[in-house]
Amino acid sequence: MSVAINIITIVAITAGAFFFLAGTVGLLRFPDTLTRLHALTKADNLGLGLVVLGLLPQAGSLRGGLKLLCVWALALLAGAMVSQLIAREASGQRGDSVTGHDGPVS
Amino acid sequence: MIEFMTTVLGFILAMLALGLVRILRGPGDADRMMAAQLIGTGGIAALLLLGVVTAVPATVDVALTLALLATFASIAFVKKGRANAPDSTEGA
Amino acid sequence: MTVALALEMALAAVVLGVATWTIAARETFAAVVGFVTYGLMLALIWVRLDAVDVALVEAAIGGGLGGVLLLGAAARLRVTETLAATARPGATVRVGAALLSATVAAALATGVILLPDPAPTLAPAAAANATATGLGNPVTNVLMAFRAMDTMLEKVVLLLALVGVWSLAPDRLWGGYPGPRHHADPLGTLAFLARLLPPVGIVVGIYVFWTGKDHPGGAFQGGTILAAMWLLVMMAGIADAPQVSSRRLRIVLIAGPGIFLAVGLAGLAIGSAFLAYPVAYAKPLILGIEIAMTLTIAATLGLLVAGAPERSARQ
Repeated sequence: MSVAINIITIVAITAGAFFFLAGTVGLLRFPDTLTRLHALTKADNLGLGLVVLGLLPQAGSLRGGLKLLCVWALALLAGAMVSQLIAREASGQRGDSVTGHDGPVS
Repeated sequence: MIEFMTTVLGFILAMLALGLVRILRGPGDADRMMAAQLIGTGGIAALLLLGVVTAVPATVDVALTLALLATFASIAFVKKGRANAPDSTEGA
Repeated sequence: MTVALALEMALAAVVLGVATWTIAARETFAAVVGFVTYGLMLALIWVRLDAVDVALVEAAIGGGLGGVLLLGAAARLRVTETLAATARPGATVRVGAALLSATVAAALATGVILLPDPAPTLAPAAAANATATGLGNPVTNVLMAFRAMDTMLEKVVLLLALVGVWSLAPDRLWGGYPGPRHHADPLGTLAFLARLLPPVGIVVGIYVFWTGKDHPGGAFQGGTILAAMWLLVMMAGIADAPQVSSRRLRIVLIAGPGIFLAVGLAGLAIGSAFLAYPVAYAKPLILGIEIAMTLTIAATLGLLVAGAPERSARQ
């Protein structure tokens, strides 16, 4: 049983590291601020999620596992919204000025 | 298992360092605003692995604090990083 | 070269690299970003050194609040930035400063490396006396019981710093609202984030404070997280900063050191010495002081970052 748990952990954490690599490669190679932001938030967050998934079986108790999930949920939530703010800033405030709302999210 | 996690931890730190080099060099403030976001994900992954490697369970609390404060720093960067007018009005 | 050693060297190299870049950066905003990054990475080193309480404070203050404070200062100095960029000191001054810094760093490094192998420390004595208060976290024991005087005076110093910041306002604005009024689109992303994140942050802040009894944490770390959430709400324009002359605000600001002082004087009157806790009541007394201190720290740090009054009272 513990062998299966260890295999899950190793597979998930390796996948997470791979996505971190993908995100960093994107960060280094993409030509534009917006594309780099996209690589950073999407790939790195997925990498974090996989690392958390891999660490969940190693957590000692239910409480430890729930705390890990809370950290991941918080990072995901905050990352999604902050990337919107940064993107708006980077693209020069391309919002809808007539109604004052944000531009259409595409 | 511990050696494997230490290796992955070192790998993630290397990715973090490479990302930092790119972000901090990036011309313009909009690129540099991403630094807090990079640490908000990469740093948290590194902390969680470090907590298991050093067998200090309280590290998850540091990761929780880091998640919140990195977000706060990102928002402050966006609000105050404008090259033009001071931050008295805001459209976002 | 074990894996752990390679990891530590990589971590040290990253932090040193970021620190060097921060010093060499040309623009203020870039330097502040570097400083925040440096602070957040330093938290990793503190965890590696098994000092989780310090890591929490580093992440909270060095990463979050310190960076925002510097950004606010940089925003005010933007007018003079072009002027300062042209007035760089000459080569002699810079070389002299570099030599002096290198000498101090080398002296510190030598001092640390040449420490005797069991380094002189009071940690075992502090850990051995944990039964005096019944708390499990030795850092909290030292802060709140063995060196409680230092902690109380630090809170008074925080208060004095806040009064100092307030005194920067012109006379006609004394007692007014700190900082500019922030506006954000109430249907936009920032306002949404500022409504969603603070409840979570408040729970985390109270948790970090409460877990300081037996695990790493404490009043200072919890108070800083609460301050960051309050600043977030203010920055998004959802709530305005309170007037500096508000009585309720001032009561919150003095509650922490005030209760600390009251318990200390009660120790002098009823117990054996100033700030002596009766052993039976030590834990509830300490927790009571810490609750007041958390609120005071949250309010003080939030107001320190918000700045001096810029709008007159009753606007």
